[in-house]
Amino acid sequence: MAESYDVIVIGAGPGGYVAAIRAAQLGLRTAVVESKHLGGICLNWGCIPTKALLRSAEVYHNMSHASAYGLTAGSIGFDIAAVVKRSRGVASQLSTGVGFLLKKNKVDVIWGRGTLKGGGKLAVVAAENPPKGALGAGEYQAKHIIVATGARPRVLPGLEPDKKLVWTYFEAMVPETMPKSLLVVGSGAIGIEFASFYRTMGAEVTVVEVLPQVLPVEDHEIAAHALKRFEKQGIKVLTETKVTKLDKSANSVTATLQLKDGKTEQMTVDRVISAVGVVGNIEDLGLEALGVKIERGIISTDGLGRTNVAGVYAIGDVAGPPMLAHKAEHEGVICVEAIAGKHVHPMNKAKIPGCTYCNPQVASVGLTEKKAKEAGYDVKVGRFPFIANGKAIALGEPEGLVKTIFDKKTGQLLGAHMIGAEVTELIQGFVIAMNLETTEEDLIHSVFPHPTLSEMMHESVMDADGRAIHI
Amino acid sequence: MPINVLMPALSPTMEKGNLAKWLKKEGDRVKSGDVLAEIETDKATMEVEAVDEGTLAKILIAEGTADVAVNTPIAVIAADGEVASSDTAPKPVPTPAAPLISAAPSLSAEPALVAKPIGSAATVSAATSTEGQRIFSSPLARRVARDKGIDLSKIAGSGPHGRIILRDVEAASASVGVKLDAPAPAPSVKPTAPAGLSDDMVLKLFEPGSFEIVPHDGMRRTIARRLTESVQTVPHFFLTVDCEIGALMKLREEMNAAAPVKDGKPTYKISVNDFVIKALALALQRVPEANASWTDGGMLKHKHSDVGMAVAMPGGLITPIIRKAETKTLSVIAGEAKDYAARARNRKLKPDEYQGGTTAVSNLGMYGIKHFTAIINPPHATILAVGAGAERAVVKNGQIVVVNQMTVTLSCDHRVVDGALGAELLTAFRDLIEKPMGMLV
Repeated sequence: MAESYDVIVIGAGPGGYVAAIRAAQLGLRTAVVESKHLGGICLNWGCIPTKALLRSAEVYHNMSHASAYGLTAGSIGFDIAAVVKRSRGVASQLSTGVGFLLKKNKVDVIWGRGTLKGGGKLAVVAAENPPKGALGAGEYQAKHIIVATGARPRVLPGLEPDKKLVWTYFEAMVPETMPKSLLVVGSGAIGIEFASFYRTMGAEVTVVEVLPQVLPVEDHEIAAHALKRFEKQGIKVLTETKVTKLDKSANSVTATLQLKDGKTEQMTVDRVISAVGVVGNIEDLGLEALGVKIERGIISTDGLGRTNVAGVYAIGDVAGPPMLAHKAEHEGVICVEAIAGKHVHPMNKAKIPGCTYCNPQVASVGLTEKKAKEAGYDVKVGRFPFIANGKAIALGEPEGLVKTIFDKKTGQLLGAHMIGAEVTELIQGFVIAMNLETTEEDLIHSVFPHPTLSEMMHESVMDADGRAIHI
Repeated sequence: MPINVLMPALSPTMEKGNLAKWLKKEGDRVKSGDVLAEIETDKATMEVEAVDEGTLAKILIAEGTADVAVNTPIAVIAADGEVASSDTAPKPVPTPAAPLISAAPSLSAEPALVAKPIGSAATVSAATSTEGQRIFSSPLARRVARDKGIDLSKIAGSGPHGRIILRDVEAASASVGVKLDAPAPAPSVKPTAPAGLSDDMVLKLFEPGSFEIVPHDGMRRTIARRLTESVQTVPHFFLTVDCEIGALMKLREEMNAAAPVKDGKPTYKISVNDFVIKALALALQRVPEANASWTDGGMLKHKHSDVGMAVAMPGGLITPIIRKAETKTLSVIAGEAKDYAARARNRKLKPDEYQGGTTAVSNLGMYGIKHFTAIINPPHATILAVGAGAERAVVKNGQIVVVNQMTVTLSCDHRVVDGALGAELLTAFRDLIEKPMGMLV
């Protein structure tokens, strides 16, 4: 008799393990199937270890600029192996933590690769390195099976990573030596964060973006500000440019680029990072045999994670963009609560914040100015620069911008876009404001603590009303 | 915290009601959507649903209690692990005109405003604090409501703990284009109809990109729900008859020609439809048994003929009512009908102008439709579907003659009107149409 559950989640990434814990909290007998590492890409090869690397880069940068703060620091340097080791340590600490949380919530961990067999059956084949206490290969049964298998780097023809000279984020996260020169293909969050890290650590970095704007999903004004800063740091940015060919030598790569003006150019670099997006892991799960509807690599779901096949659900990257850990987590919770019969509303994807941890940081939520206008809103826009904020100047971070977009008619906060120090920690204020449907008036009436960077949020909102004080 | 279930308001004007029946008893587990009790007024019976999950800890008002004031706590629901005693229940909170629950589904004829009651008392308790009148709502919802002139106290909130958020205001605003005097359907209203094809099933039948999805407005949803409800709950049958309208057309011409001219315009212009309304109103007076409405408690026998007239408008239709049509002259009916039609198309009708009625007329003659059947709009017991008048070849006394004819079909609610009674009504109608002078006396 197969082991029987209320819910089995396939994949223990941020979507999967959160869904599993929530299911267990709701009294459902739950298991999670994982074959590589608890915490998924996010904890092990994505969000978290990159933040550790970027933190090393930031401290290194600050030490290099110690004199700007009246400090002296001699013989500043770094050991890349130690930097990587710290990053891996952070990842492993958190992955262990996920194992602990699952255990605490009595979620069974099944170590292996699961395939749906229909009728709530799941066949699991063993995977390597099972953690202590995990169940193994076999057939399992569940009333509800949630596919949360995440995504992997997209591979473009001619840009196939070889893991040696042409990297994906996996290799880029654990360099054995620092490349002297680097070509980053793609200027989304992943590409730009690595560009920022390697540039700060001293590499010559070129970023190639096929679209006309770096950080293509961000507000144009923020992206323009970012571009200026990247170029000032010495990052070469080529927009509307394609990589048409990569010729590999023993320890370098010659890339052929097709530039904006149609001319081609060759460039030889030590390493290439391909950061052209991610694609969902939807293969070998038995979805096709069950007739689960998949469109353009994305499992079709309703707002509550349900696929067209009863008892089969999908959340996170496999269920479509935005492919972000926090979106996956939230989707997992909604899916499980709906299964448990709770009244839930589908997630409003327009209110999911996005953060990029390059230098300077970029954070945003809601509509860009362009998108808001396209949507037919009569907008009023507020802006406030870091240079006019006391705390920013004291921090030595006088560059950046807080931009807010309101519907002129109703005062609804449509979007907030920020660039500069610590903005990834600030954006949540606007996310809450948006979710609680505050208007500009309520934000203006809120007291913001002094001296903080958050005062810029207040000022930006007031500026939208033409009444900013400090500018 | 234990949640008080309050006596709901079935209509904006309801002040008290009877607690007819408890469907759950103390100690029962309840989950959101469970029917707790039945409430009745002189007009309708309605179910009170639980909004939260927990245990029905205490019943405060016993079954069969009459005249329970709106917003009086009637029960307490405790969440798991909580103990509720009756003293946790606050004193009744008087909330003037705060009906979070709309009017009786089966008894009101307004085409755009009836929602299946969803608010249970937990919604009420969350929206009004013990100190008084605070209605929890988002700032954006408040501003949009103010701009649109919508009274927040008449909307049920779908946010956490019944908080009114933007989508609730937008749903209320979409439900009618006019300022609301009556409660608005909340988006969480569940259709009572058994589900047909699911959205996904329908979408699968079409090529993605080959269509666009236009969201429903409140009127569309109300039409869909009410007509589905009617077809499923009202046993319809149909009677068709041809009426000769030669005399009527001639009389109409003479009457219109006789209209006094004021400011260069005739003071009235009577349409065929005005004759139809008048004839149906008088026919109902001649066959008063058919001028009735069904309720489970008994037959409502109406004294007057309140005749609805279906008016098509962009995105839907509405049925304003010509009240006491049997007492009105054709020119008065013509004037009212013209005014209603114009204001209906601009969504400027007041609820009391389209609620109620005892029958209705739906006329597609102007499109050349010869014959069709219409769906009864409860509480009406009948509806008359009127086709186009045209010259037709008819055999009379062995001779083929040309007569001006119009085919009409009466839909009857069999619970109220049996076949013979319907035939009697329709015959009376035909007599009046064919001998229109009878309408002038």
